[in-house]
Amino acid sequence: MTNVAVDLGAQQPSLHTHKHDAAAVAAAARHAEGQQHPIKLYLVVWGWLFVLSTCSYLVDYFGLHGYLRWSLILLFMVLKAGLIVAVFMHMAWERLALAYAILLPPVLVLVFVAIMVFESEYTHLIRVLFFASPT
Amino acid sequence: MAETALTDHGEPAARAAGWRGIAADWSSDQRAFKNVSWGKAMMWIFLLSDTFIFSCFLLSYMTARMSTTVPWPNPSEVFALNIGGTHIPLILIAIMTFILISSSGTMAMAVNFGYRRDRVKTATLMLVTAAFGATFVGMQAFEWTKLIMEGVRPWENPWGAAQFGSSFFMITGFHGTHVTIGVIFLIAIARKVWRGDFDVERRGFFTSRKGHYEIVEITGLYWHFVDLVWVFIFAFFYLW
Repeated sequence: MTNVAVDLGAQQPSLHTHKHDAAAVAAAARHAEGQQHPIKLYLVVWGWLFVLSTCSYLVDYFGLHGYLRWSLILLFMVLKAGLIVAVFMHMAWERLALAYAILLPPVLVLVFVAIMVFESEYTHLIRVLFFASPT
Repeated sequence: MAETALTDHGEPAARAAGWRGIAADWSSDQRAFKNVSWGKAMMWIFLLSDTFIFSCFLLSYMTARMSTTVPWPNPSEVFALNIGGTHIPLILIAIMTFILISSSGTMAMAVNFGYRRDRVKTATLMLVTAAFGATFVGMQAFEWTKLIMEGVRPWENPWGAAQFGSSFFMITGFHGTHVTIGVIFLIAIARKVWRGDFDVERRGFFTSRKGHYEIVEITGLYWHFVDLVWVFIFAFFYLW
């Protein structure tokens, strides 16, 4: 269907004003074959994912610990996830109505995380108070 | 025309940018996702639901680990390997991570060649992706075998908190199942690409609908999601 649109735009330029025609052809070409991006983009992202994975592995290899370790792990994780979703899954080029519908709901999981953090700390406290073996 | 209107990339209606555009799309007639085919939209919505499933697994793991009074086994040691006489921490998991990332790279390129209607390259890259996935599952099987031999069970393990085993088998088992299903999905679609189904618009045996190269992208969405989940498992279960 979209190929037809391209052909019409290309073969009958006289029917349109020049500006409208150029815009229509450009729009049709952009959507004619779905998501098309240069292969180089994927290779660059691939390289970055390797670098970031190596970094997160090195966090463990060098035995960093405490807040430094946790913040680095989270940083590399978020960067990797962002690259995969934005470029490999093409979310960066999708219409905002889809992007927000898919990307916002998982953020609400953070509320669940907060609830379970409170819950586990309470459980831990009760276990320490009443069940921990006396040493 | 009438048939493709719902399934193909129509010319998207122009909208205002930002939230005004989102509100306009969502409050418009018939379709909220204007230039997204039903296949892609449904795959995204499925992936969203799958996100919640894996979120629940990781949350239950977090709750178990935070609330236990017994020390948690050190994953860096548990998943270490002796290679050539040297003791390397977490090396198996690192290799698995690189394999899965590579499979995502080949998948992204398969999608690209699919839209260029390069049948052979698309199918080949998809099969390479499937091979990487199968390798990943194989290494996971090795890892499971090793841990089970060392006495890890869902209810106990030699190193510390008993919940380590149940969390490990649940999370990696579910992820491995996803990878396995993805490999089967990839091979099935690669076969169709190879045969030229999407060039001659051959109808599917089950749905009787014409296929499009977009299915390669939809398969890719699922595959990248599997890689995405692994990013979170790697960070929270293996590195934390």
